[in-house]
Amino acid sequence: MSDKRAACLSGKGVTKIFGMGDKKTVAVDHVDFDFREGEIVSIVGESGSGKTTLSKMLLGLISVTEGEVMFQGKPRDIGNSKKKKEYWKGIQAIFQDPFSSYNTFNKIDAVLLDCINMRGGKNLPYEEKFEMMREACSFVNLEFKELTNKYPFELSGGQMQRLMIARIFLLKPKILLADEPTSMIDACSRATILDMLLKLRDEINMTIIFITHDIGLAYYVSDSVYIMEHGKFVEHGTAEDVILRPKAAYTQRLINDVPKIYEEWDLSTV
Amino acid sequence: MKNTLRQVFHSPKFVIGFVIFAALLLTTIIYPIVVTADPLEMVGNGNFFKPGTYVSVKDAVEGTRYTLNIDVKSGSLDNKISAEDKEAMKEWLLKFGGLTEADIDTNDVEGLIGLWEANYSADAQQKGLTASKKKYYVRLNNSIDGILLDNDVIIARENPETGELEQSATVGSREFVNTKDVANRRTFILGTDNFGRDVLTELVQATKTSLRVGIIAGVIATLIGLFLGLISGYVGGVVDDIIMFITNMFTVIPSFVLLILISYSVGQNARGVNLVGIIIGLTSWTWTTRSVRSQVISLRNRDHVNLSKLSGHSMMRIVLTDILPYLASYVVMAFILQISSGILSEAQLSMLGLGPSTSTAATLGLMMNWATAYAAPLNGSWWAYFPVVVTIALIAFSLNLMNTGLDQVFNPQLRD
Repeated sequence: MSDKRAACLSGKGVTKIFGMGDKKTVAVDHVDFDFREGEIVSIVGESGSGKTTLSKMLLGLISVTEGEVMFQGKPRDIGNSKKKKEYWKGIQAIFQDPFSSYNTFNKIDAVLLDCINMRGGKNLPYEEKFEMMREACSFVNLEFKELTNKYPFELSGGQMQRLMIARIFLLKPKILLADEPTSMIDACSRATILDMLLKLRDEINMTIIFITHDIGLAYYVSDSVYIMEHGKFVEHGTAEDVILRPKAAYTQRLINDVPKIYEEWDLSTV
Repeated sequence: MKNTLRQVFHSPKFVIGFVIFAALLLTTIIYPIVVTADPLEMVGNGNFFKPGTYVSVKDAVEGTRYTLNIDVKSGSLDNKISAEDKEAMKEWLLKFGGLTEADIDTNDVEGLIGLWEANYSADAQQKGLTASKKKYYVRLNNSIDGILLDNDVIIARENPETGELEQSATVGSREFVNTKDVANRRTFILGTDNFGRDVLTELVQATKTSLRVGIIAGVIATLIGLFLGLISGYVGGVVDDIIMFITNMFTVIPSFVLLILISYSVGQNARGVNLVGIIIGLTSWTWTTRSVRSQVISLRNRDHVNLSKLSGHSMMRIVLTDILPYLASYVVMAFILQISSGILSEAQLSMLGLGPSTSTAATLGLMMNWATAYAAPLNGSWWAYFPVVVTIALIAFSLNLMNTGLDQVFNPQLRD
């Protein structure tokens, strides 16, 4: 954790409560966090620990019940659709399931053209737009000429997720929220996707907030790690500190739950 | 899109439904071009003429005549004396004529009439017969009188100057006319109704009007249902609560009762075909709203909607491009069902006398209403109501079949 990096996204007492009265569910319970520019942060927790709810709050897709989110040092203001649009120029996301991330009625070109339009390239000549799309696709090892005029469902899951990264490449946001981007993808494509994300981080110096249930993956990619249990952060620090010298019992459990090929898997904690 | 259409037209259920519906629709379009007569013209001077070809008697008498050597006597006797009359005659002869079962053969009409003429007397003691039955026998006797005579019929014409009758022609029993020679003839395939209108022509026009009512009702109900469902499902919160409160209120009050009340309060004179369609549409949108809403709720949390939001699209655009296309198949199905239920609602309303009040167009419901009001089912005039019932059933059947076919294409789980 180097404090010389500027604060990019931080929060104090961020809470999300669903429902009212007896049916009240506290999904995210007063969490504090501080993500810095250019950092790769992992938020690790099991299913239902509130990771996705937190990510949606950070994206501004759902409202924050309590607490404050600071974006680039200033309190975040997403009061109206115009301000939201401005905010989303700075923060973008990749979702878990590439198959449901696309509108199946739109062609791939439309998805990428949207990104160019959002970056203010609406009035560029088509040749220039085409060149941008081609560049973005080649960044993720896709051939745009083969994709143009195709529908998303004609692509494989790995190709779709790579196209999502191409989208981020065009948008160049300050922060990327990757909500389990590799969980629906086979192990071979997984490494490719992760490498592309890391390459992209180096290219445009963005913060990646990596949401995952796989602590091994978190150790592999991240600078700092937040461990989340039942809507609370139980531990956070650098990846080495948290994973190699865990303090919280929950972290220990998560580490033990990672399947190992050559060792016997300790099922007693499951 | 192309692929979906191909799939749809490969579903046998959809194709059968579509063919029936298209046939009905084409009939309503082509028939008026071929038969240009006014469907509401009162051709018949009386109620419920049987289906068949009607030829002018005067033309027939004056036209070319052909003599055919065929037995005409038993044919015309059978036509004049019904099976019931024969049974009644037999009954009388057994009871009061002193004859036995062996003497009477109801199949031999000539013999029966001979026995009747020999034995029947209106003055005879008829114990146990009601007065009306006695009168019936008198009437029967009168109608039989002279039936066996085979004389030529004389056609006479009044001389305009002297006022005397002058014989102009005689018609023998074996003389025939070819119906093609008769200049004035008209075929009523389905007879005429209580007003003397040609039922077939009226039915075609009524089908057209009823389809119009159904389509108006369907379009209005689907549009309202879709609009409210989309807003309620996508916006959520208080808006959702308010819309669902209204929807639930309309669902709880039986829409048919509402329909009757609105139709009644609109008044007899104002209630045209279009207005009835609108009224039906305004009372039948609730289920569309509910189901569109539930579908939108499940769609609005999908990642592609989130991604669209992150791409900075406006709410309008998200609803139109990211939610509506996913609902399209469902909306088409709902629309088809709404048309079908709209036509049925119109028929129900008209049966109650609350349908479109019109002197310019018939509807299927009105035709049924007229048929029942003039007791067609009681006097055996099946042609006045049965074809209408079949048409309504065919429309509802074809539309529902199309709906089931579409359902199977869009919900692969239902495929058999």
